[in-house]
Amino acid sequence: MPVTIKRKNEYIFAYLKGEIDHHTAPEIRETIDEALSLSETAELLILDFSEVSFMDSSGVGLVMGRYRYATTLGKKIRVDNLDDRNYKIMQMSGIPRIAEINRKG
Amino acid sequence: MKKINQMKMILDSCSVNEGFSRVVVSAFASQLDMTVDELGDIKTIVSEAVTNCIVHAYKEKIGKIYITCTVFSEGVLRVSVRDRGCGIPDVKKAREPLYTSVGGDRSGLGFSVMESFSDKLTVRSKVGVGTTVTMEKRISGKKYE
Repeated sequence: MPVTIKRKNEYIFAYLKGEIDHHTAPEIRETIDEALSLSETAELLILDFSEVSFMDSSGVGLVMGRYRYATTLGKKIRVDNLDDRNYKIMQMSGIPRIAEINRKG
Repeated sequence: MKKINQMKMILDSCSVNEGFSRVVVSAFASQLDMTVDELGDIKTIVSEAVTNCIVHAYKEKIGKIYITCTVFSEGVLRVSVRDRGCGIPDVKKAREPLYTSVGGDRSGLGFSVMESFSDKLTVRSKVGVGTTVTMEKRISGKKYE
């Protein structure tokens, strides 16, 4: 699985793994959105990129889409453990204005 | 610039080929002794360009994507990605950051990312004929004399 979901208290952790592109993004999106819709008490979705080996702008689309969906459910999102390249790509988007993004380490 | 080596490939616009094309181009380019960062830049650019062919040029149809990689004597890599898809009516607008002609989870950052990770990016397009995206990148490592 390219994404593993773990729930803890008011948090949903989504551990992404491998390569994120337009081909792999739909499966990741569906898994995360299902977790979001089923976790009524969760307040924050944390997208963890520590095991992401490659990402193009589809990764940005994935985060923006999850932000939009989480917002409709009254939840927030945060992006953790981006490597330098993926941090740079995220910064090119509007994401830092809508969600906290953090580098690896 | 003197041409040293060239590779061409033609592939169908199936999304599974996004990963395949990244790997092939980066394997060909590795003769230039790139850093991990430079290799990542090339992979990202190829991924964006090929995704554009699949999502925008051919949309739901399957068409051919033509990729040409050329190594030049000064340590420059040129990658061109061409399609015979619908073409872009307004290239200037398409290159604007965050502009996207489709909805869903597309970020509108494809061209911005390609520009940011290459030294030179040109886009030639004609509606109904197709689009060619050509990028050049100077590699810091080995130079051919």
